[in-house]
Amino acid sequence: MDIPFTVKNRPDTGLYNGKLGVWLFLASEVMLFGGLFSAYVFLRTGVDTWPVGADILNVPLATLNTMFLISSSVTMVMSWASLKLNDFSKFKLYAGLTLLLACAFLVVKYFEYTAKFDHHLYPSTNNFLGIYFTMTGLHVLHVIGGIIVIFFFWMPGAKMWESDPERFVNRIEIVGLYWHFVDLVWIFLFPVLYLL
Amino acid sequence: MSSDHHKQSFWTKYVFSTDHKIIGIQYGITSLVWLLFGFGLMMIMRYQLAYPESPVPFVGGILGDGGILPSEMYNSLGVMHGTIMIFLGVVPLAFGAFGNYFVPLQIGAIDMAFPKLNATSYWMYFLGSVIMAIGFFVPGGAANSGWTSYPPLADIATTGQTVWLFGMVMLITSSLLGSINILATVIQLRTEGMTWMKLPIFVWTQFITAFLLLLAFPPLEAAGVLQLMDRLAGTSFFMPSGLVVSGEVLTNAGGGSPLLWQHLFWFLAHPEVYVLILPAFGIVTEVIANNTRKPIQGYKSLVYAMIFLGFMSFIVWAHHMYLTGMGTSIGAFFQTTTMIISIPSVVILTALLLSLWGGSIRFNTPMLFALGFLPMFGIGGLTGLPLGLAASDIHLHDTYYVIGHFHYVVAPGTIFALFAGIYYWFPKMTGKRTNEALGKLHFFFSFIFMNGVFMPMFIQGLAGVSRRLWDGGEIYAHAADVLYLNEVMSVSAWLLGLAQLFFIVNMIISLKGKKTGEVNPWGATTLDWTDTTSPPLDHGNFEKVPTVYRGPYEYSVPDAKEDFTPQSEKG
Amino acid sequence: MTPEEVKHHIKTYVLVFVALACLTVITVGISYLDLATGPAIILALIVASIKGSLVACYFMHLIDEKVTIYWTLLATVAMFMVLMFLPLGTMLNNTQM
Repeated sequence: MDIPFTVKNRPDTGLYNGKLGVWLFLASEVMLFGGLFSAYVFLRTGVDTWPVGADILNVPLATLNTMFLISSSVTMVMSWASLKLNDFSKFKLYAGLTLLLACAFLVVKYFEYTAKFDHHLYPSTNNFLGIYFTMTGLHVLHVIGGIIVIFFFWMPGAKMWESDPERFVNRIEIVGLYWHFVDLVWIFLFPVLYLL
Repeated sequence: MSSDHHKQSFWTKYVFSTDHKIIGIQYGITSLVWLLFGFGLMMIMRYQLAYPESPVPFVGGILGDGGILPSEMYNSLGVMHGTIMIFLGVVPLAFGAFGNYFVPLQIGAIDMAFPKLNATSYWMYFLGSVIMAIGFFVPGGAANSGWTSYPPLADIATTGQTVWLFGMVMLITSSLLGSINILATVIQLRTEGMTWMKLPIFVWTQFITAFLLLLAFPPLEAAGVLQLMDRLAGTSFFMPSGLVVSGEVLTNAGGGSPLLWQHLFWFLAHPEVYVLILPAFGIVTEVIANNTRKPIQGYKSLVYAMIFLGFMSFIVWAHHMYLTGMGTSIGAFFQTTTMIISIPSVVILTALLLSLWGGSIRFNTPMLFALGFLPMFGIGGLTGLPLGLAASDIHLHDTYYVIGHFHYVVAPGTIFALFAGIYYWFPKMTGKRTNEALGKLHFFFSFIFMNGVFMPMFIQGLAGVSRRLWDGGEIYAHAADVLYLNEVMSVSAWLLGLAQLFFIVNMIISLKGKKTGEVNPWGATTLDWTDTTSPPLDHGNFEKVPTVYRGPYEYSVPDAKEDFTPQSEKG
Repeated sequence: MTPEEVKHHIKTYVLVFVALACLTVITVGISYLDLATGPAIILALIVASIKGSLVACYFMHLIDEKVTIYWTLLATVAMFMVLMFLPLGTMLNNTQM
């Protein structure tokens, strides 16, 4: 006996199990990053002075990074749309682009972090830098996680397209939802840390 | 996931199984072992409290210092007792074991929605518990800053605290994965006819518990990350400026807030207490319905009360923080929400009590524990009221009164309900019966000694004896009159420990016994009691997946053949 | 989803991408205006919320998602707001920090 609704939608909820599962997971992630945002707000309102983000951090570089991530979100949803249109090679192209843009994000972050360390600016220097490194650091871990999973479905996991195409499309949709969430977090992180 | 008709190795069938029943048993055994260990830690602590600075018998050898429990180690035992009982014991048993085993059965599903994720959650729990155990062996011993890990103390504490934090991150992640599974399973895998309002109350409680865990745990994970940053990267998230430790001003940047930790911690830890009690409500409801041979009184009230309880549990947390200097408006807000949250608890308790009225009560072991739960939870709940009111909390905060209050709800409260569940579902899991005489002895002695341990705590607390005191209050003049109670409580605790032998022996001899072949020995109505006895492992749970035609507690239906009508029986 | 519907969606994705790019430029531009902290925060959060909503509604298909998901997210957003604002409430007219 197979577990029902792994691929087909359950009639009354209109969902397949994996989609519900990933949204529930994202709900917990909202609360995880929410905890950190709450910490940021609490810490900042608890002191009289708080550094200006743009003085310490590199706004143009982060703007570029924002564009990388937003673009990767588009390519991710395009890779799923390509599968829905039965175009496997387009899927490979868009998924590959997503990976490229994601890696570009990481490269920029690497340069940002090392530049800070070179100037003797560490998480321990003050709470602004502390929360900056912690929040972007956790975000980077999520980006890396996303890269690993997308890579899996781009390369070894792609053979599911042959054996169980509908399930494969669902998997890509689910990965896409996670990836868009990672983009969403950055959409809030960027102005909060860099522009305020 | 298709059923595996090819041969499975020992490892894939029993160790890394993805079958919810095996995983449920894995959670069950691991958590019971940890409960016993956590109990043992407390028995050592209580020796020190009863006979301060006397060598502890049996285990004195490993304590060093002539067998006397050192004060830092007392603190570690306190932290680990609390952490182990809550996160390695009660929740994995109530949610991981019972939830995993019985939610799919009760909704008519062949497994959980994500079996591999299920196995992952168990092994993460197991790993997390190993990490916690490692804490005992690092320099400085296990974490010793209170199970609540308040900074600044926790920030500057010994290595054990870092180990505790890593353990918590692992355990929290395990919990989150488990919650996702339960939620998706209940929403997506209910069998045909199993509408929301036909769900057994047990399933409702597991569902709401999963929601609480899903949304409340992550902020604590965030806080854990922040504390790890403070400890390992030298940040000052929780370190105020100008902190002086042992006469020296600390050199870190400062500007942080110890209160921030408290907010993030209690944001989880308050819903956590409802995580501890909800599964208990669920189990007790099943056992009471079954052993009164009548439907539960107020099914809808129970459901709505529990949903309301779950929602309210998120907005009361600062009643743990009344004495932190918060403003009067916000204090009044939290006091109001705290008073309101007592209402659904009363509705639930009332529904369960009313369910007894006019019933044909069978006083078997599971029912005794379920009945015992009711007044014990009542005492626990009522003693919470002076703590929830800010004015009286000023006197009672951080005293033994608090320890008495929360232990009443969890120990003769939840743990009694869990025992009820074990005795009730033992025949389903094993196909065998437990020994009733041993079960009753287990109950009676546990009941007596639970009260012996925890009732005096209210007296000591009202007298002003603080919690977490290595000498049990000996040094304080105001504690002198109530100090004798320490020995009373300790002796009760050790006898309570002995009473558990009835349970352990019962389990061993019952497991060795013969299968009875009975499918439904208790004459129960829910889907878990249909079909096969001790459901087979890899062919789904049912010979034929049931369809549901009626509510979960149709006992003593007029003109019916028997005094119970299963949910799957056509009208 | 039929191929026609998917193609229609693709058009939407491109439009959303352009909108997101513009909004990014706008939010960075606003930051150079040197506003007081209060208005700066409000404006930044408004723009971020619009961007976030676009990603959620169109890339994550939230705009035609099912009720179950909506309920889940409603509960989550409610708890998120509680987590954001209630701790701050303890700072109002308090006796010590």
